[in-house]
Amino acid sequence: MGIVYFSSVSENTHRFVEKLGLPAQRIPLRSKDEPLVVTDEYVLILPTYGGGTTQGGAVPKQVIRFLNDTRNRSLIRGVIAAGNTNFGEAFCLAGEIVAKKCDVPYLYRFELLGTDQDVIRVREGLAQFWLRRSQIPA
Amino acid sequence: MIDKLKLVSRVHAINWNRVEDDKDAEVWDRLVGNFWLPEKVPVSNDIPSWGTLTQEEKLLTMRVFTGLTLLDTIQGTVGAVSLIPDAITPHEEAVYTNIAFMESVHAKSYSSIFSTLCSTKEIDEAFRWSEENSNLQRKAEIVMNYYQGDDPLKRKIASTLLESFLFYSGFYLPMYWSSRAKLTNTADVIRLIIRDEAVHGYYIGYKFQKGLAKESQERRDELQAYTYELLMELYENEEQYTEDLYDGVGLTEDVKSFLRYNANKALMNLGYDALFTKDQTDVNPAILAALAPGGDENHDFFSGSGSSYVIGKAVTTQDDDWDF
Ligand SMILES: Cc1cc2nc3c(=O)[nH]c(=O)nc-3n(C[C@H](O)[C@H](O)[C@H](O)COP(=O)(O)O)c2cc1C
Ligand SMILES: [Fe+2]
Ligand SMILES: [Fe+2]
Repeated sequence: MGIVYFSSVSENTHRFVEKLGLPAQRIPLRSKDEPLVVTDEYVLILPTYGGGTTQGGAVPKQVIRFLNDTRNRSLIRGVIAAGNTNFGEAFCLAGEIVAKKCDVPYLYRFELLGTDQDVIRVREGLAQFWLRRSQIPA
Repeated sequence: MIDKLKLVSRVHAINWNRVEDDKDAEVWDRLVGNFWLPEKVPVSNDIPSWGTLTQEEKLLTMRVFTGLTLLDTIQGTVGAVSLIPDAITPHEEAVYTNIAFMESVHAKSYSSIFSTLCSTKEIDEAFRWSEENSNLQRKAEIVMNYYQGDDPLKRKIASTLLESFLFYSGFYLPMYWSSRAKLTNTADVIRLIIRDEAVHGYYIGYKFQKGLAKESQERRDELQAYTYELLMELYENEEQYTEDLYDGVGLTEDVKSFLRYNANKALMNLGYDALFTKDQTDVNPAILAALAPGGDENHDFFSGSGSSYVIGKAVTTQDDDWDF
């Protein structure tokens, strides 16, 4: 039960995750870095990078690489996406794509660093989400 | 006006095979991939729609577009260019030349909208209004001052605020028309501009933060205080400019929420926290939807039951590197 996230060198998503103050693991930026392999269920938080097109590229390569590992993919339970409404129909598209591909709920979306309300909503929402899941009989 | 033109003192042949900051190459590729020209959008299809606007609405629209033309002209001929001498990498310089060129495309696209929809006399009158409107001139003056100043980080602050905040009193209107199914092709042109401005504001804001990281704590505090001050100065001017334009059609308050929403995003592009509260940035859902389809929907699935997890439109993933 935790958070896995990706954030590029601009670190917007990183700062959002820091504000959440919850245990989180970061997907490495460079392909020569040691790949992240998780052992516990998680919610993925990722920024969208398609540049406004719906023709691919919305999910950062690093995240694709991470999800291509079945060990990681089998433990994803939900997704939260970041983006910017300026990108029109591609706004937070990465969330939709990952939710679809991995068949998990698309829980929330926010812009850039997220506002204080976004931080509160996600913190409370995640607590409820994990609680509800723990109550569902396996 | 400019006393002395500052240029890069020494130029090295740019080697794209040695990129020091991957963001430079990434943003360059994105800007090039997003390249567009106004001629590709069939604005002439808006002629019947233009005919349904009242005289006052037409006048407003033209004034808004001349204001936007002025900002894009400033950013193309002064703003983006003024950032080149401070660039840290040659690739950063190249990105600024790309931004500068695109601003000229933006500025020209308003003229191509005008020539499609309006008479020469009307166009000349709208340009005259923009020359005479003190709040529009004041906004141009404030940013021009910082571009000519000698603090590279302050230039980036002013530039990011222009890219991510100052355009929005104008961008509001075509989004408003689009939400009422009017001037929809014109709105398509503006959406392309809005998308470009997002990458511009992001990139200049990112380079500001990289520069900031090298400064002393004292200087960082100074620049942060300075950013909020400049934003408030510009915001107060934007409020008045908005009243000049929109009071007649009764949209002023709606526009102001949109301004505050974008002011927050401009601050975030500079790495700072939002200033205006949720209540102050309650953008009209119709405007958000015109900006990003579904952007008005509250994607908060936490509170919902299983059925609210339904995902919207089908998406095709063409990235071939997915293994599954
Ligand atoms: C090149 C580029 C392309 C982007 N494309 C999109 C997009 O298609 N949709 C969207 O909603 N946001 C898009 N964004 C906005 C980013 O998702 C947003 O800035 C995010 O906060 C970046 O997170 P990071 O700093 O953690 O990498 C794009 C940003 C850049 C710089
Ligand atoms: Fe522009
Ligand atoms: Fe721009």
